[in-house]
Amino acid sequence: MRNRPLVQMIVFGVIGCAILIPLSLIVPWFPTEASRQAGNIHTLYYVLLIASVPIFVLVETVVLYSVWKFRLRPGDGRVDGPPIHGNTRLEVVWTVLPALLIIGLVSYAYTVLRSNEAKKPNQMTVNVTARQFGFEFSYPQANGKTVVASALYLPKDQPVVFRLRSLDVIHSFFVPEFSEKLDAVPGITTTLRVTPTRDGTYPVECTELCGPGHAFMRSTVHVISASRFQSWLAAQPTNRPPPLGMPGPKTSQPGVPGSKGGGVTAGTSSGGS
Amino acid sequence: MAVAVAEPTAERPRTRVPLPPRLRAAGWYRAALFEVLGLGFAFGITALIRWLQHIHPVISGDAVTTVALFTVPIFFLVGIGACDYWLYWAAGRVTRPEDHSGHGAYSWRDYFRVNTDHKVIGIQYTVTSFFFLFVGGLLAMLIRVQLAKPGMQFLTPQQYNGVFSVHATVLIFLFVIPVFAGLANFVLPLMIGAPDMAFPRLNALSYWLLPLGGIVMLMSFLAPGGSFASGWTAYAPLSTTMPLGQLFFSIGVQFAGFSSIFTALNFLVTIITMRAPGMSFFRMPLLVWANFSTSLLVVIATPFIAASQFFLLLDRALGFHFFDAFVGVNRNGNVLMYQHVFWFYSHPAVYIMMLPGFGIISEVLATKSRKPIFGYRMMAFSLLAIVVLGFTVWAHHMFVSGMQPWIRIPMMITTAIIAIPTGIKIFSWLATLWRGVLHLDTPMLFALGFLTMFTLGGISGVMLAMIPFDIHVSQTYFIVAHIHYVLFGGSLFTIFAGVYYWFPKMTGRMFDERLGKLHFWLTFIFFNLTFGPMHLIGIQGMPRRVAEYAEKFAGWNLFISFSAFILGLSTLVFLYNIVASWRGGPRAAANPWRALTLEWQVSSPPPVFNFDAVPTVVGGPYEYGVPGAVHGIFKSPTEARPVTAGTFGGLPSQETHPGPPGHEGGE
Repeated sequence: MRNRPLVQMIVFGVIGCAILIPLSLIVPWFPTEASRQAGNIHTLYYVLLIASVPIFVLVETVVLYSVWKFRLRPGDGRVDGPPIHGNTRLEVVWTVLPALLIIGLVSYAYTVLRSNEAKKPNQMTVNVTARQFGFEFSYPQANGKTVVASALYLPKDQPVVFRLRSLDVIHSFFVPEFSEKLDAVPGITTTLRVTPTRDGTYPVECTELCGPGHAFMRSTVHVISASRFQSWLAAQPTNRPPPLGMPGPKTSQPGVPGSKGGGVTAGTSSGGS
Repeated sequence: MAVAVAEPTAERPRTRVPLPPRLRAAGWYRAALFEVLGLGFAFGITALIRWLQHIHPVISGDAVTTVALFTVPIFFLVGIGACDYWLYWAAGRVTRPEDHSGHGAYSWRDYFRVNTDHKVIGIQYTVTSFFFLFVGGLLAMLIRVQLAKPGMQFLTPQQYNGVFSVHATVLIFLFVIPVFAGLANFVLPLMIGAPDMAFPRLNALSYWLLPLGGIVMLMSFLAPGGSFASGWTAYAPLSTTMPLGQLFFSIGVQFAGFSSIFTALNFLVTIITMRAPGMSFFRMPLLVWANFSTSLLVVIATPFIAASQFFLLLDRALGFHFFDAFVGVNRNGNVLMYQHVFWFYSHPAVYIMMLPGFGIISEVLATKSRKPIFGYRMMAFSLLAIVVLGFTVWAHHMFVSGMQPWIRIPMMITTAIIAIPTGIKIFSWLATLWRGVLHLDTPMLFALGFLTMFTLGGISGVMLAMIPFDIHVSQTYFIVAHIHYVLFGGSLFTIFAGVYYWFPKMTGRMFDERLGKLHFWLTFIFFNLTFGPMHLIGIQGMPRRVAEYAEKFAGWNLFISFSAFILGLSTLVFLYNIVASWRGGPRAAANPWRALTLEWQVSSPPPVFNFDAVPTVVGGPYEYGVPGAVHGIFKSPTEARPVTAGTFGGLPSQETHPGPPGHEGGE
């Protein structure tokens, strides 16, 4: 008789999980998955959901079951509950089990992070310059010249290293479809790695409040095939001056991506890599 | 500075200028006079310095405002009489020893005077904070009007940035943090059997600092260039390049910060030194434990935000280069340093805004379930664990800030570990419900609503600890959803639970139960409809702090705005209930909830000096269900002994009582 409430609750809990876990997984949470990193992060999120829903269901089951079974009924008057002060074994269990769960999730998240930020041998460098209120992208070329563009073009399946700089306040570079973002911080160069994996046109958003124009600090990224990218790159004028504050072509040598230069923004350290 | 100027004006009138007594006595007239003096002082000192330095023009609006924002509020405090005792003492004049004439409030006017009674201050604090809740709520309504549809309407981007910055700042610094201090100010001395707080005059000063901070922040809307618009985080270098309104944030935070530091010191000394005989640490109600832990956090962490804002002020007003990467000899301002210093306060601040709520929930759940708190000691220890761990996680706000990547790993681990003591608390509350006799009235509904909402906020918190996922959602609406689940679904639900729970004690009146339940259901439903969808649009990529957004988020934003308006209206039910019940509700009994803690053993509202006889604590605070159990008795320790007959040792703190979880003296 004493155990029946537990059995009932376990049944409710299992039913709750059986309904809520699939429900939480079929919600179209993410935008298009357009990078290798995004895939890993989406999987991580689904694992987190699967781990979280049972905890939520557990709490709700106990709350709702208690409200249902143990609420004050007419005629109960001044009855009190049993004076249960604690149960050491139970307390150990609900300290150790979450700890194990946490260790598992943290380890998994760490491996995802390592994989997402791993250096690739054939990476391509793109300099991103943020200022109030726009982005400028530049592609250091093997001949020492720099191609500058106001929209971002990336070849599909090509690991890219973004070197982020800011000319004024802190900005942030975010492509929801890539699931990656990083701040562009005045004074330092920060590094972000993305491997686009799906053709398409996606928004580039500034996500760090940067002034009145923050909401309008938008650009576009076009992920195209490697051959189309090469022809796009070749069609760009290479003799355009580098954007204000960027290191000139001289200092931005091929093979030394993001090298420090004498430009106005070149800072003291290189964050990231 | 205030002393120097206050002295002559206090002395001279007798001999030279015959000031009317109204202007000499502490109060609003003198406060008004002193504000004018404060403004004059600001004009004078800046003009003098600029003249000496050959800076022209001698009168600069920026410089005067910067100084006046400090001097006018400080002069006001002197004028209203918050510093009278200390100034008299410092000047060698006869001080008035505490004759308790400042205790008690006999008409509504007494709430507008400097009063040293912790119960009056508690009500002043709570009501002032709720005023700012409604201000912050109205600003939230403006935000939702702006965001109801894509396409600019209603506010300019700069105005919009100002509105959400003030919204967050007011609700964090002027509502959530002080309202807990207010509630605890009222009930904590009663709970530990003390006649008042340890430093009543300091207590009064810390209250009067609070509205000043709030008024300074709201005044920023009048500044040329509009209110501060760099978010409540005021990241440099955006904030150092902002128009004048930014100063009102940097300086307003100082007043609010001093207010919380003074109160926290007061709580710590009160809890350590003023407990009734027999009230060992492990017989303290968990609200007292919670405020003890919170006060530790406040005292250690708050100086960091004060420092960060002074750095900003120096950068802006005097051209220092703490955070300016582009000027100075070596161009070596460090932008990220601001974020580290800021979050070193502002992460512990999250627990400052949550731990007192944990205390309230423990009180409400135990009383309303008619059962002892499950695992009392672990509840107390988990609070302390959160205090310690709370200082080790600040950089999880900076996973995408560009700081050294390796720092992220330890911060992810410590952040996730905090879920363990928090989980212990949640599970212990659940076990407290189990097999109790649940009284499902308004305070209990809010407590149960809190359990649900806070669990969701905690889960999204653990998700955010996972660096790769955080990289995707940080600075998006997912964050907005998370903090509102923690601060609204978490803190505000505990505040509502606490206000309803102690309303009979504070006012001597009962609230309307039906309106209370209506308030709960409206809040609970429309809270979830407002902030639930924000998780989704955040993951889909809608950034936070934007006055404009992509067309694809239009549907959800309209839905959210609609829900938010009803959520806003639901607070009017609360307001009406509280005002009407306070004015004409039925008289409350001394102990309507049949609670055991000491504050319920005195009349409602309590007598001016709290206890006619010093209580003696003879057992744990939550001995519900133990036949004949009492927490405190109103007899001296020697008289008290025969009552707890049986075997006991000498000192009252070592007396045992059948079944308390922590009966050993904890000192």
